[in-house]
Amino acid sequence: MGSMTFHPEDPYHAFITTVRDPEYTEGPLSGVPVAIKDNISTSGIETTCGSAILRGYIPPYDAHVITLLRRAGAAIVGKTNMDEFGMGTTTESSAFGPTTNPNDSSRVPGGSSGGSAAAVAAGMVPYALGSDTGGSIRCPASFCGIVGLKPSYGRVSRFGLIAYANSLEQIGPMARDVSGVSRIFSVIAGHDPRDATSADRPYNHEPDSDVMDGLKIGIPDEYFGEGVDPAVRETVTGALDICSSMGAELIPCRMPSMQYSLAAYYVICTSEASSNLARFDGIRYGPAVNTKKRWHDAFSDYRHDHFGKEVRRRIMLGTFALSEGYYGRYYQKAQAARRMVREDFRRILTQVDIIAGPTMPTIAYRLGEKTKDPLQMYLADILTVPANLAGVPAISVPCGMIEKMPVGFQIMGSNFHEEAIIDAAYAFEQEMKHGR
Amino acid sequence: MVTEKDVMHVGKLADVGIDESELKEFSDQFTRILDYFAVLEELPEERTHAGDLHTILREDSITPSLPSEDALRNAGETEEGYIKAPRVM
Repeated sequence: MGSMTFHPEDPYHAFITTVRDPEYTEGPLSGVPVAIKDNISTSGIETTCGSAILRGYIPPYDAHVITLLRRAGAAIVGKTNMDEFGMGTTTESSAFGPTTNPNDSSRVPGGSSGGSAAAVAAGMVPYALGSDTGGSIRCPASFCGIVGLKPSYGRVSRFGLIAYANSLEQIGPMARDVSGVSRIFSVIAGHDPRDATSADRPYNHEPDSDVMDGLKIGIPDEYFGEGVDPAVRETVTGALDICSSMGAELIPCRMPSMQYSLAAYYVICTSEASSNLARFDGIRYGPAVNTKKRWHDAFSDYRHDHFGKEVRRRIMLGTFALSEGYYGRYYQKAQAARRMVREDFRRILTQVDIIAGPTMPTIAYRLGEKTKDPLQMYLADILTVPANLAGVPAISVPCGMIEKMPVGFQIMGSNFHEEAIIDAAYAFEQEMKHGR
Repeated sequence: MVTEKDVMHVGKLADVGIDESELKEFSDQFTRILDYFAVLEELPEERTHAGDLHTILREDSITPSLPSEDALRNAGETEEGYIKAPRVM
């Protein structure tokens, strides 16, 4: 048993809460500081989801991933800033104010796990956990120049993750390099009976850089199409050339479901959110509701005052998509699109080992650039949502800079084959560092 | 086209409270977002959601659970071990 002090300067506002004197135990991560996204329950440490509606909420139990990290000896040093309930691509919708990008503080860190990414990129912690519903680990990893992994659906327990869209989200590791992501992933992956969607697929793997020769990489046209910044396209094409020079075979492919995936994603995530967020009524947790008012008046006033606008917008969109007369038109069609996305991945991944492309269509936005128009903000997720709809693993690894801002290279693979995408990302990273 | 009346209706269903001053903003935004969702119209309605997943069942057995004082610790108002809620009528 040991304890340490954690009193960092936080110029980028990466943390909502810091634990000043965290304790830790013996284990493979003994005394290693880990930052936790603020939608993952930590016993005795305030957990807000970046929302005023959970201000003051102290979870009475740990999420399964926290139990595993503590057991491995990690020091839980704080809770990181995030878009409110994970609903955003910039971390600007946090009720606690935005996080800024350590590479350029006039820009956003990406979202929704922006605080975790900034804390790692700024060197405040070596490792952090994020959660990824439609890109919320990979986007900030790309924008901040670090590595982030969205695991296969079911490989990491969601017990204690405060739900936004259960069928899409996973907790995953963020670190400065692929080895770090692999190290934390080996601690958090595995079966947990308290999550009914948890699979018995532990991860015990050392990244191997000797995998590029003969590796078949699928390159979907759609990942280099309209809406992707030409400079990003060029940088990622350069990354693919490096893979090719290491012996990988680049195989062009098509993902026709891409035309539907973003719309399907937003129908499904807002529908699930409208149900999940019904529990925030000020009765069981958070600031108290006025019990003198009538039921609906009390809840409407309370949720109006404590939820931010994007959260209310998504709850309403989801309520609308599930309402009588619209369910077939939106939700059921979105499920059809989701099946097409799954089938596209399955088909392509019988012909290739991994799929690669950019993580984000652009570099990090300037603060305020995307907040006016919600649809423009949603469109930024176009390259990350397919992996969530299909449940497949995806990793973002830095591959170059544009205007002194990092660009992320996204590698996706078959369900429960994190080992393959981690090895490919590691081989690429080692070549970037040492090979050239 | 999502009208201001539609926004009022959905806001009420969702219990999120809508200000008069927000009606136009939300109706414009929802109109644009639903226009974007229209790409889904050409697809069939999917009636099953399960895909190739199967349900994992467990024994319905009694296991230790959160003590009620811990469960009540974050509640706004409590009375005799119960959580107090607004009146329904």
